[in-house]
Amino acid sequence: MDLDKFKVHGEPLIYGAMVSIALATIGILVGLTYFKKWGYLWREWLTTVDHKKIGVMYILAALLMLFRGGVDAMMMRLQTAAPEMKFLDAQHYNEVFTTHGLIMILFMAMPFIIGLMNVIIPLQIGARDVAFPRLNAVSFWLFFMGAMLLNISFVIGGSPDAGWSAYFPLASLEFSPTVGNNYYSLALQISGIGTLITGVNFIVTILKMRAPGMKLMKMPMFTWSVLITNVIIVFAFPVLTVALALMMFDRLFGSQFFTMANGGMDMLWANLFWVWGHPEVYIVILPAFGIYSEIIATFSKKNLYGYTSMVFSMLIISLLSFLVWAHHFYTMGQGAMVNSFFSITTMAIAVPTGVKIFNWLFTLRKGRITFTTPMLYTLAFIPIFTIGGVTGVMLAMASADYQYHNTMFLVAHFHYVLIPGAVFAVIAGFHYWFPKVFGFRLNERLGKHSFWWIVISFNVTFFPLFFLGLMGMTRRTYTYSEESGFGPLNMLSFVGAVGLAIGFLLLVYNIYWSTRYMPRDTTSDPWDGRTLEWATHSPMPIYNFAIVPTVQTRDALWSAKQDNIPLYDDKKITKIHMPSNTGKPFILGVIFFILGFSLVFSLWIPAILSGIGVIVMLAFMSFDRDHGYYISAEEVIATEKKLKRGETV
Amino acid sequence: MMKQLFPIRHVMGYLASLVLSAAALIVIYGDLSSGANMAVLLITALIQASLQLFVFMHIGESADSKKELYINIAYALFVGLVTIFGTLFIFVWGWYS
Repeated sequence: MDLDKFKVHGEPLIYGAMVSIALATIGILVGLTYFKKWGYLWREWLTTVDHKKIGVMYILAALLMLFRGGVDAMMMRLQTAAPEMKFLDAQHYNEVFTTHGLIMILFMAMPFIIGLMNVIIPLQIGARDVAFPRLNAVSFWLFFMGAMLLNISFVIGGSPDAGWSAYFPLASLEFSPTVGNNYYSLALQISGIGTLITGVNFIVTILKMRAPGMKLMKMPMFTWSVLITNVIIVFAFPVLTVALALMMFDRLFGSQFFTMANGGMDMLWANLFWVWGHPEVYIVILPAFGIYSEIIATFSKKNLYGYTSMVFSMLIISLLSFLVWAHHFYTMGQGAMVNSFFSITTMAIAVPTGVKIFNWLFTLRKGRITFTTPMLYTLAFIPIFTIGGVTGVMLAMASADYQYHNTMFLVAHFHYVLIPGAVFAVIAGFHYWFPKVFGFRLNERLGKHSFWWIVISFNVTFFPLFFLGLMGMTRRTYTYSEESGFGPLNMLSFVGAVGLAIGFLLLVYNIYWSTRYMPRDTTSDPWDGRTLEWATHSPMPIYNFAIVPTVQTRDALWSAKQDNIPLYDDKKITKIHMPSNTGKPFILGVIFFILGFSLVFSLWIPAILSGIGVIVMLAFMSFDRDHGYYISAEEVIATEKKLKRGETV
Repeated sequence: MMKQLFPIRHVMGYLASLVLSAAALIVIYGDLSSGANMAVLLITALIQASLQLFVFMHIGESADSKKELYINIAYALFVGLVTIFGTLFIFVWGWYS
């Protein structure tokens, strides 16, 4: 075996990364052993099937990945801050922008949203868990192992370097001979299977497990957005699965799907990638719309304006999202007819999105607005996202796009859409639902400090990129000459990036500070909420609701508080059926990781063995006869009494 | 008991899907016209898809969620057809020439 291909040579940065990964791993292992936490870790987290804990793990992983992707971003901004910088060489710059894109979209935005989904959806619909709790654990561990597989690529073998869209023929074996794009196909495949399972799980959960009385049109807006998102996941991800499988065959087994010889077609990759890729944008943005709808309604003390039109605009967006993909490659060579068609469908998406913007504005109108941290993020989102949307319409015009295509203008546009559309939303949701999970709020003063740092620095970072794009700076260039005149604006952008980093560090400091010093919340309803998740204790007991609530109106908790409509019929507390923990999803994840790693390096014997392992594990899991356990009525009553006294359980 | 251990319906469905997959190989190893090849692929694919839906995905079973089921199938058809015909539109019918 050739050990050389595992090594990454050169740069002190890589050695630094290796040392820090090794030190962090040793630190975690020693810490776990020293504090005797191995059993705790296994019992409480690695084997859990509880949707709340899985959600928390998703969010923790997403925060970690946010910092990994953020460091990538800082390196890129530093490298381009001045002309002829020598901080990174071209190859490492390629690897850094590729992993930045992959990590931020697939291993930060998606899991953050899926994490919030996991924590909140069952609570919001009055359920005790998701429909398939064990499958939910499988989803998480597949996502996690996929993410880890991509992360180790930086120090073992080299990262993918053909852009996050991995266009062929550049990503083919001929032009990218390192293992980087093998990592790409396998890491995305493994975590993509996890996402697909999540999609199925949440569709069933929302359609089948709502509290009695909660008709579809009485669901909270976040639940609606998540339902539609998961429908998109289920229909878009299979395309990625197929495309990645074909890519893997091309790179590992010498097939010719996307090559330029022997009847292969390189452009088909771009086509399939964006058939998935464009709906993917809506997968991360629709739940954000849901989060904002909840926050705006709560902090304006009004019900959401235009509920029905909100739902229908999301349905229309979900259909249209499958009809616009060719706008990502207007310049590839198709005729004017094709470009005009996709131009029109693309602009059509702006209409339902505009409807949503106006609905939010009308919800704010004459509301009693309180400016909490989540509300600030929401209010900042509306104008910034609109700038992103308007530049999107500019890019949608095919003939004009020949000028903008692959310039920094595009980079500025999608950061203006995705950062307010996804990142602000998950941070707002994080602040908003934090007391639900942990029983205390994050500090408002620190929260607002980090908000202003983030929102101002965001504009300082990305607004100059519009002009750089119009001046002709192309994306993904690792350096430029002084004569080009790109220097000053790039330096400004770097200054903004430093400010963003400070904002995110303040956010982390806020979590630390609040954990130590914030007073525990005793009301279970710190924001005067409107929906069912605030109708149970914070933090909630394992069974969520001692009695399943009965819903009569849209904002069930709000009308319960305002009009004294009882949420809980005088039903007696009965025994509660709960799923039991299992370690099999974690073990399956580990075997998938080994399978992925062996395939990346074409180690056939371990690949075959772990492939058999996966099948054996799946068979083993489908014959599982564990049907869960019951919490007795007495135990529930005792827990409820304790929770009412404000004790933790 | 025997029925539980040996679900005849599923085993037959599995065998049928293997046979259908093998039958489609005629396209490679046979010597048919391209029209006949397409017909073979279309027919085997249609039977294969309905086999999966009825035998393994229990489409005929639940009566209470028929509406959701049909909406889902319609959506799936929409996405599938859009992908196929959209790709043909981009690369064949609408290609710049």
